[in-house]
Amino acid sequence: MARLTAENIQRARQLIALYPQSRSALIPILHIAQEQDGWLTPDGMAHIAELLDLDPAEVYGTASFYDMFFTHPVGRHLVSVCTNLACLLNGADELLEHAQARLGVAPGGTTADGEFTLEEVECIAFCGAAPCLAVNWRFFGNIGTDDFDRLVEDLAAGRLADDVPPHGTLNRVRRRVGLMAAGPAPALADGTASEPPS
Amino acid sequence: MITDAAPIVTARIGSPLSWTLKSALDRGAYEGLRKALTMDPAEITQEVLTANLLGRGGAGFEAGRKWGMLAKGDTKYLVINGDESEPCTFKDHMLMEEDPHQILEGVLICAYAIGASQAFIFVRGEFALGLERMTSALNEAYAFGAIGRNILGSGFSLDIVVHPGAGAYICGEETALLESLEGKRGYPRDKPPWFPAVKGLYSAPTIVNNVETMSNLPWIVTNGGAAFAALGLGRSTGTRLFSVSGHVKRPANYEIEMAKPTFRDLLFDPSLGGGIRNDNALKAFVPGGVSAPWFGPDQLDMALDQDAVGKAGSMLGSGSVVAMDDTTCMVRAAWRITRFFHRESCGQCTPCREGGGWLDKIMRRIELGQGRESDLELLLDVCDNIAPGLGWPPQKTTICVLGPSIPSSITSAIRMFRDEFLVHIKEGACPFGR
Ligand SMILES: Cc1cc2nc3c(=O)[nH]c(=O)nc-3n(C[C@H](O)[C@H](O)[C@H](O)COP(=O)(O)O)c2cc1C
Ligand code: SF4
Ligand code: FES
Repeated sequence: MARLTAENIQRARQLIALYPQSRSALIPILHIAQEQDGWLTPDGMAHIAELLDLDPAEVYGTASFYDMFFTHPVGRHLVSVCTNLACLLNGADELLEHAQARLGVAPGGTTADGEFTLEEVECIAFCGAAPCLAVNWRFFGNIGTDDFDRLVEDLAAGRLADDVPPHGTLNRVRRRVGLMAAGPAPALADGTASEPPS
Repeated sequence: MITDAAPIVTARIGSPLSWTLKSALDRGAYEGLRKALTMDPAEITQEVLTANLLGRGGAGFEAGRKWGMLAKGDTKYLVINGDESEPCTFKDHMLMEEDPHQILEGVLICAYAIGASQAFIFVRGEFALGLERMTSALNEAYAFGAIGRNILGSGFSLDIVVHPGAGAYICGEETALLESLEGKRGYPRDKPPWFPAVKGLYSAPTIVNNVETMSNLPWIVTNGGAAFAALGLGRSTGTRLFSVSGHVKRPANYEIEMAKPTFRDLLFDPSLGGGIRNDNALKAFVPGGVSAPWFGPDQLDMALDQDAVGKAGSMLGSGSVVAMDDTTCMVRAAWRITRFFHRESCGQCTPCREGGGWLDKIMRRIELGQGRESDLELLLDVCDNIAPGLGWPPQKTTICVLGPSIPSSITSAIRMFRDEFLVHIKEGACPFGR
């Protein structure tokens, strides 16, 4: 398993068609693979190499440069606590310590039930609400220790499922138009693409 | 002095559903584009030159002049930098989430002016909502006829691609961004020969501009470059978005006229930063992103003017101002910034890769109470190896300027708070209790 599904192969082909050179679609396609499996599997990366006519080492070599890509399994919820300057000044170290104690894992670790992976990250450009964190890249600001506990409970109970999709799902809105060069704009997605939450 | 200049890039922000086409159209979206499409492309570049629009991404280069340097060729690209990862900068994030149509309109105007074959908007990968809003806006704008073939009946055609990054500060550097957009590791390219305007995306002439830079274009076309240049003073024209954070009472993005207000206005005015939390004393502030050397309270009355700040030995950079009050451990603050650069160095150049690591290590041991008497000299020596002479702007010893920016926080902290370092070393502990 872990090769791209038929639907995702189609999405990959649509992405490739958007760029003058196919390799430009590599990172967007890696995001699709991570959406499918929650992380980047060796089989998935090898499959992407086939689609782009690249060596698997080129795919892995590119993926491994980027912080958002995981080449090992992670939890369903990636909790990214910012400790950069604005957050540091507003208690981020204490927040990270609390997060470690609450989840029982150090940064980089995943809880035994596979629900949460904790990481310490650089500024996520949400400094107006420091200290802050992201869960699967959905942002939460002004997080005190009580807020953190409540957030973790809500996530574990599935109460935030509409706002926070599983790890790997980045952009839930599909591009609906092709390029002029590819002929009169064919519908690219299934037409059921969700609009962003308001 | 805070002026009553009307907002330009945030004018629609705060209105209901500001990110949707309908809401944006009700408030004038794509009117600038309509006008631009009746003009000669060279006329638009002339208006932008008259406006003296300085790039809002960090380097502050005149946008019109950059466009004028674009090499001739059948294939030319426009690439928009929405990678915003300079710590404590959060304005482009807001623009992409709250007014994506304004960005698209700016991109269309710019592409028409420079004759771009295709445009790409590189959005920082972590901005999930930003990506969703930009993609949604793109779909709407295609359907509306503002993107694609024969735009608004003008005969001009353009395709735009919204491209997600994947997490790497260095991809904000324009040549690393282009490598990343080509599907590779984000390694900056050496200049020369890789000046994007000559040899950019797929080796073709390419203009790289920032999201906020683009967001100003609809207003400039609608109101004229002279009206923009009438705001601000000298070379610092128009308004600018400042990200204010740290120990202020009201951390947020504020759009204000350039060059007239001062750092004091920005941090203390009740309508802006609102003063320091608990009314503590201000100890120091970062004037333009963590790459910039710090200022002290004695520099609060300096105007938010690109050239004045440059002359004083720092930069307005990415427009982020971070206030640190008197409870702040400056060793810890400088160490955190150093750790960031060490972590984000792409590793191509020895001074940056190794120097950043050494500085991180030495700062760490001082903060944790294991510093040595000789460490201050050692820090400055390593800094001098990375950026000889320790001037600002720093000397170029590496492929990009990430490396030479690493010393900024350390040299600032030592210059302004040498005693604090000494106390850490002598007492073998952080006096602020961490
Ligand atoms: C290490 C580094 C990081 C940068 N990060 C960004 C960034 O996140 N966003 C941005 O617009 N410019 C960034 N820049 C500046 C870009 O290289 C480039 O100057 C800018 O995008 C040009 O757009 P402008 O002229 O409209 O400002 C960075 C530069 C360096 C050296
Ligand atoms: S200065 Fe640092 S980040 Fe820039 S190219 Fe060299 S090693 Fe990479
Ligand atoms: S410093 Fe934490 S979000 Fe910017």
